[in-house]
Amino acid sequence: MKFLHTAFQNMKKPFEKGGKFEKYNKVIHGIDAFETLMFTPDEVTHSGSHIRDGIDLKRTMSIVILAMIPCLLFGMYNAGYQHFRALGDAALAAASFWDMFQIGLIKVLPLVVVSYGVGLGIEFAFAMLKGHSIEEGYLVTGMLIPLIVPIDIPLWMLAVAVAFAVVFGKEVFGGTGMNILNVALTARAFLFFAYPTFMSGDKIWVHEGMTNDAISGATILGDLAAMKGGLETLRFSAQEMFIGLIPGSVGETSTLAVLIGAGILLLTGIASWRIMLSAVIGGGAMGLIFNFFGANGLMEFPWWQHMLVGGFAFGVVFMATDPVTAAQTNKGKWIYGFLIGFMAIMIRVFNPAYPEGIMLAILFMNVMAPLIDHYVVEGNIKKRLKRSTVKTA
Amino acid sequence: MSKDIKIKKGLNIPLKGEADKVLGTAERSDAFVVKPTDFKNFTPKLLVKEGQEVLAGSPLFFNKEYPDVKVGSPVSGKVVEVTRGAKRKILGIKILADKETRYAAFAPANAASMSGEDVKKRLLDQCLWAYIKRRPYGTVARPTDKPLAIYVSAFDTAPLAGDCDYILHGKDKEFQAGLDALKQLTDGKVHLNLHRELNTDAVFKDAKGVQINWVSGPHPAGNVGVQIHHIQPLNKGEVVFTVAAQDVALIGSAFLTGKYDASRLVAVGGSSVKSPKYYKTIQGASISTLVTGNVEGDNNRIISGNVLTGTKVAADGYIGFFSKEVNVIPEGDHAKFFLSDGWAGAGLAKHSASRSYFSWLMPSKKYDLDTNTNGEKRALVVTGEYESVFPMDIYPQHLVKAIMIGDIELMENLGIYEVDEEDFALCEYVCTSKTSVQQVVKEGLALIEKECG
Repeated sequence: MKFLHTAFQNMKKPFEKGGKFEKYNKVIHGIDAFETLMFTPDEVTHSGSHIRDGIDLKRTMSIVILAMIPCLLFGMYNAGYQHFRALGDAALAAASFWDMFQIGLIKVLPLVVVSYGVGLGIEFAFAMLKGHSIEEGYLVTGMLIPLIVPIDIPLWMLAVAVAFAVVFGKEVFGGTGMNILNVALTARAFLFFAYPTFMSGDKIWVHEGMTNDAISGATILGDLAAMKGGLETLRFSAQEMFIGLIPGSVGETSTLAVLIGAGILLLTGIASWRIMLSAVIGGGAMGLIFNFFGANGLMEFPWWQHMLVGGFAFGVVFMATDPVTAAQTNKGKWIYGFLIGFMAIMIRVFNPAYPEGIMLAILFMNVMAPLIDHYVVEGNIKKRLKRSTVKTA
Repeated sequence: MSKDIKIKKGLNIPLKGEADKVLGTAERSDAFVVKPTDFKNFTPKLLVKEGQEVLAGSPLFFNKEYPDVKVGSPVSGKVVEVTRGAKRKILGIKILADKETRYAAFAPANAASMSGEDVKKRLLDQCLWAYIKRRPYGTVARPTDKPLAIYVSAFDTAPLAGDCDYILHGKDKEFQAGLDALKQLTDGKVHLNLHRELNTDAVFKDAKGVQINWVSGPHPAGNVGVQIHHIQPLNKGEVVFTVAAQDVALIGSAFLTGKYDASRLVAVGGSSVKSPKYYKTIQGASISTLVTGNVEGDNNRIISGNVLTGTKVAADGYIGFFSKEVNVIPEGDHAKFFLSDGWAGAGLAKHSASRSYFSWLMPSKKYDLDTNTNGEKRALVVTGEYESVFPMDIYPQHLVKAIMIGDIELMENLGIYEVDEEDFALCEYVCTSKTSVQQVVKEGLALIEKECG
């Protein structure tokens, strides 16, 4: 692989000091991004710890992406499955696995390409303008965004949302590691409020739902919110909810696929088990409270099934655990996670206009996370001050 | 009353090349160098000139702020060179050694029957004070300090660290005499902190006049800072002393015999060392007497001290003042292809505190780690990482950030008086973003010492 390494070095030469394009030397950061993707640099430690852990941000991020692959693949399949299912039992029976997967592949792949293309393009531009190396944060965001939008979203809309999220959600705060709000959710929230007709209702969740009147693709939560009657009119079984054969955003429907991802994240120790566990406890607690009153269809909806539908599982596993925007202290993580779960279900049930409570709950708690940490750390400080005054007194 | 401390958070890094408990013979070094840079926040003022004859234990330089604190020569001979760096900073004082060491004459003394002031004077006069460190800051103790207590850690949990039991075996009398001397320096207790499995030698177990505390758990359980935190955490304005076990014996021997005997056992280890074992040598000796002919490959890093906190030295360099080990590991100054040994590989040869490489499936594997940073420096993204290897009731990442922004009040509130940079060595090791945590903490401590005294 030496020739490849030399090729990168040669590519950078004209931009280095004394080279032909010296004044464009910030381009080096762009080339560096590709070089460091292929080769961990020859950088060595100087002082302090002479040896370092094998992990780096590239490894961390690539594991998160790996954990999302089951959701992505299942989402592709489910896109086709929902399409044929909405066309009727005969259509569903006639469609092969490949027919279904193909629809998803053709629809989802462009979403992924646009998300990465636009987002990374902006990241590269900012890094080169500011003269720093390109950080890996967007690699995960770029995969998250296609998974949390409806299948038929126009690509230009996605591009606008990604650009908004990366510039105003992240770069203005200083880039990777500095943002307050989860970038992927910022993109989704932007879409939700800027183009509500493309982001909610009962037409958008199934491929061709907006153009083909025969297709109705309301989500379970949408159904429940609109429902006059009880739970018996639900069109999906709990098993279908768990496996994910229900309408919804591209990658969020399958609790099974999300659980595989969660397994990878927890096994490797990349994501916080505290946040995941406490969010499930919080969601369960709120669900149980509603079940107790059971005043309408949404309140009657069994608490454990709340976790199978909508974006709850996906949000808790992949977005609440984003370390940059979550609480940073271990105690804070418990509180942060619990409130996310609690509020997600509360928003869902109380405000049927926003069936996707998890998005708003996480964004709200992103804003609250520094406050939670502040009080946790303040507790530690108080303990220290008390100890010191007791002794000198 | 003895305390039992169980450390849960931490990390033992299993490295190849641990020193066998065998004593090798090293050839005697011709020249010795004492490096003022081994002392933190210490402005040296020379007491000798080039060409001057010195005895073992005669002072070479003193601390500008505390002129009583002098650092002695490890051997007798002739000062041949004072090396200086930028702004004429003194980097080292080189002494060409006599064949037979002659010692600065002091009468043998029994510390147990001396007063505190006499012991202090003796320690200062015989250049022994430099072995005593203080917390906060981890700098050399000030003669004006009134320590609440004195702490001695009798084990080192750092990777490839020397084994105190082996090093001090049979030195019962010297060690006890050292403890007796330290006891006179404080109205409080002398704490001797032992590890149930690592410390079984009588030299520690039978120590008198001290409080023995039992500590267990992974690295950094052996760090004296961690032990202090769990025994009696330090508050603002309080001072304690710490002395390394080996140096306690050195002090004791100087009291018993009147001689400043800077000879010591050094563990020579690391994956590049052919036969890792212990050598009897003298402080400041030439590194080449320990590693020449004993090292594999020609692209290695030689570290005086352990791999987490030691100092990089050249092949023609010298052992540091406090170093108990010399470690040699391969340099990692080559690019690593991402699929084979980079970030996307299976990583069977990579050690990680996370389970992100498959090497975690082999818990008993020993690693041959090089000095590559294994990734580029990034903004702090991952949280909870420092906390998992930092066994104190302190928020390490918050403290590090407080230091980065230079907020002194916040640093104080978050517990900077309780830490030294070595306590953050593991944080630096595990950091995904490759932050130079120890450097940050070092600068923070220097700032606090300058501003708050």
